[in-house]
Amino acid sequence: MAQTATKYIGSDVPRKEDPELITGQARYADDLTLPGMLHMVLVRSPHAHATVDNVDLSHALAVDGVVAAYSGADLADEWAGPLLMAWAVTPDIKNPPHWPLTKDKVRHQGDGVAVVIATSRAAAKDGADAVVVDYTPLSVVTDMEAALADGAPLVHDDAGTNASYTWKHSTGDADAAFASAPITIKERYVIQRAIPNAMEPRAILVQPNTAMGEYTMWSSTQIPHILKVAMVVATGIAESKLRVIAPKVGGGFGAKLQVYAEEALTLLVAKKLGQPVKWTEERSENYLATHHGRDQIQEMELAADAEGHITAYRVKIWANMGAYLQIITPGTPLLGAFVYCGCYGGDSYSLECTGVFTNTTPTDAYRGAGRPEATYAIERAMDALARKVGVSPVEIRRRNFHPSSDTSFSMPAGLTIDSGHYHEVLDQALELAGYDDLLADQKARRDRGDSKQLGIGFSTYLEMCGLAPSRILKALNYAAGGWEAATVRVSATGKVTVVAGTTPHGQSHATTFAQIVADDLGVPIDDVEVVTGDTQLAPLGMDTYGSRSLAIGGIAVHRAAEKVVAKARTIAAHELEVSEEDLDYEGGTFSVKGAPDQARTIPALAWSAWTAHALPDGMEPGLDSTAVYDAQNFVWPYGTHICAVEVDTDTGRVEVVKYVAVDDVGVQVNPQIVDGQVQGGVIQGIAEALFEEAVYDEHGTLMTGSMTNYEVPAASELPSLTIGRYTTASTTNEMGFKGVGETGTIASPPAVINAVIDALSVFGVTDVPRPASPENVWRTIQQARQAEGGQQ
Amino acid sequence: MAHVSMTINGSTHEADIEPRTLLVYFIREQAGLTGTNVGCDTSTCGSCTVLVDGRSVKSCTMLALQADGRELTTIEGMAAEDGTLHALQKAFHENHGLQCGYCTPGMIMAADSLIREHEGDLTEAEVRLGLEGNLCRCTGYQNIVKSILAAAGEMR
Repeated sequence: MAQTATKYIGSDVPRKEDPELITGQARYADDLTLPGMLHMVLVRSPHAHATVDNVDLSHALAVDGVVAAYSGADLADEWAGPLLMAWAVTPDIKNPPHWPLTKDKVRHQGDGVAVVIATSRAAAKDGADAVVVDYTPLSVVTDMEAALADGAPLVHDDAGTNASYTWKHSTGDADAAFASAPITIKERYVIQRAIPNAMEPRAILVQPNTAMGEYTMWSSTQIPHILKVAMVVATGIAESKLRVIAPKVGGGFGAKLQVYAEEALTLLVAKKLGQPVKWTEERSENYLATHHGRDQIQEMELAADAEGHITAYRVKIWANMGAYLQIITPGTPLLGAFVYCGCYGGDSYSLECTGVFTNTTPTDAYRGAGRPEATYAIERAMDALARKVGVSPVEIRRRNFHPSSDTSFSMPAGLTIDSGHYHEVLDQALELAGYDDLLADQKARRDRGDSKQLGIGFSTYLEMCGLAPSRILKALNYAAGGWEAATVRVSATGKVTVVAGTTPHGQSHATTFAQIVADDLGVPIDDVEVVTGDTQLAPLGMDTYGSRSLAIGGIAVHRAAEKVVAKARTIAAHELEVSEEDLDYEGGTFSVKGAPDQARTIPALAWSAWTAHALPDGMEPGLDSTAVYDAQNFVWPYGTHICAVEVDTDTGRVEVVKYVAVDDVGVQVNPQIVDGQVQGGVIQGIAEALFEEAVYDEHGTLMTGSMTNYEVPAASELPSLTIGRYTTASTTNEMGFKGVGETGTIASPPAVINAVIDALSVFGVTDVPRPASPENVWRTIQQARQAEGGQQ
Repeated sequence: MAHVSMTINGSTHEADIEPRTLLVYFIREQAGLTGTNVGCDTSTCGSCTVLVDGRSVKSCTMLALQADGRELTTIEGMAAEDGTLHALQKAFHENHGLQCGYCTPGMIMAADSLIREHEGDLTEAEVRLGLEGNLCRCTGYQNIVKSILAAAGEMR
């Protein structure tokens, strides 16, 4: 049998995913229909905070096509448990139960009050419009500081407070370091609320088989495995009777790392009615009912010696939880809690985070989840420290970088970094950016008082990803593990199936995992298929988030392939009548040392394993293997991003004129796919820095409730990036993989904002609100001009 | 109910529909062509872009009745009958112009119209401006623009 000599890892293999996506044959959840399928629509609260006094379903039930309607009270006794919250970050956390439909009180605009089920989507909508709900509006609180003030309206009366928890972490004695430090800085940053906006709204379809008590759920989710467990908790359906499938999923960005009320409702209603039920989210619902991200207030303090070498970090965070704790709402800010020290040294570290309930849509993971917020704080603070010390942003970073290292080393927050070459990556980025030319351009504009000023901003970020070692998750009191599983199966005819526990929504798992296995087994990549996202076909998995699919899932895939090779080696040695040590293995072929014509390929050995005619004594037939990998450490991508912006000081408009991203994401399997992840993430982060902001009015009404007034950017508003790369193998795993899914949104916002501030430094500006919209920038300039007495 | 008939990708599709039915739902639910996606409810995102008599239209901005008697092309009609990919489909594949793929059908249909209706060579800035009505959250647009410029070269 012919063997390929190609080494796939490291090459730009065109994506295996594409053919069905570019021809319209891919099936997302809303594309699926079943015989007898009914449509469900939710009735949502227009109020941010109100008691629900009465729900009158009679008019809805009279609508032609409506078959059923239920209020929260109607379903209250049918739940086995509330929606799963998996991260009780402190023993005394306030975690009020979150039911799929509220029965007595709504706590944010969009909170579900009733469901209407009909034979068509249109009839269900008509029915929902006919439901009459009597509300008594209550006082609303959307702002965290107002929520913590005495006498604030309580989001959850039983909790007695809007403070859900306060979590603390420290190393060394930060207070002592601050007391004796010659230089300290204290900054306050506000991270505005963001709305993830995956292009595919959520959709759910449930097929009940009431005779067998079996249920199949298709959901546009990042987490079919975790969702399955959560549905067992909510409905009491036995885990063995429930199958969850994530079909093609049109983007997630953390927003589909969630267990949603609509999933539990669709399942329960399909069970009650004994017919398939579909729910499809409209975009305006998505803005209210799919979780939001970010929304923090930060106090960031650094202590340093006279030359600006940091000795201590002291951080206080207030994180807006929204109205309920969803699956990892309280833990999301803590995912950043260890990287407020960036890639810099120091002796002590102190962090305190308070989660705050408000009458807003719940927050949870949004691409980067806690780490973009942390990176923003430290990278802004580094510039503030540079100003105080009187050195450049480049110099302050160089003075504080960890020494370059190919091996692991400890960091101030108490964890261990796998490897990194911070100076070298900065050097590469400076060269790609043409830093000296940018500085010359900036000086010329300043000298001539140009109305368009140039700013240059840096972000030399560090990311903690590859979530997560199970023992560390235990220490953080997260409810589940962080391992990942894969099965590699070689069929009788030598074709390979990879069954992976992580599930894609755009990240290219099928191509990437096929590249790994094709190299391990020495087979053509076209002979490798990848199966994901179905709890029946891939029963073991912890799903996709935290840049874990390659660094955790990819290692499981590789180890499963290695187990296959090990078994094949035993068969080869048996057939060739030599000991296993006498075999070489290269490119999928075992050959006898010194007699290379005596050889067996993996596909040939798969045939032997299938016929089982002459296997070694006691060996089980078949050539397949499963591996489960639990990492001992995180992986730690890092890099330097440099952003150059032109700020029109008359209008406040900011244009990104150059953006350079040099990232060390460890060993790359497919550089083109890595570039795509960087491009998409950086643009998402630039949009967060410049355009996007979820705004509530004083009544708790979301003012940015559609794509017409929440600015998801279009191509015309954005630059192309210049991408460089530096590769240091991770020491956490044997493949050297780190991760790339979140680097862009983690790295880019501070680079952009630091650039805007740099441009405005001619006015003495040292802070600008996020997003740096024309209005916010223009106001900042006006305030600075007034403060300086109308200069410039 | 109202009767409507239109040609989609060379085949006739007719049905009695509620007059309020949007064209995109006729395409998806009556014609069963689910490659055309719905991404918003404000005619902002462009995921539902199709060709109506050769020009790109967001199919959520039209009633199905308004398409009565007209010729439509959707993503399913872009490749040749023998399966040979359209230049845009090929370019999106070769240039990694898609990740989750949800916006891709709309992007390809909008780009087809943009390229055919544009005189002379397209620049990057013209492609970016021409795509203003189509949103993508995955790619940051860079490889979409690259794909369209590559296809434009081939389509001329």
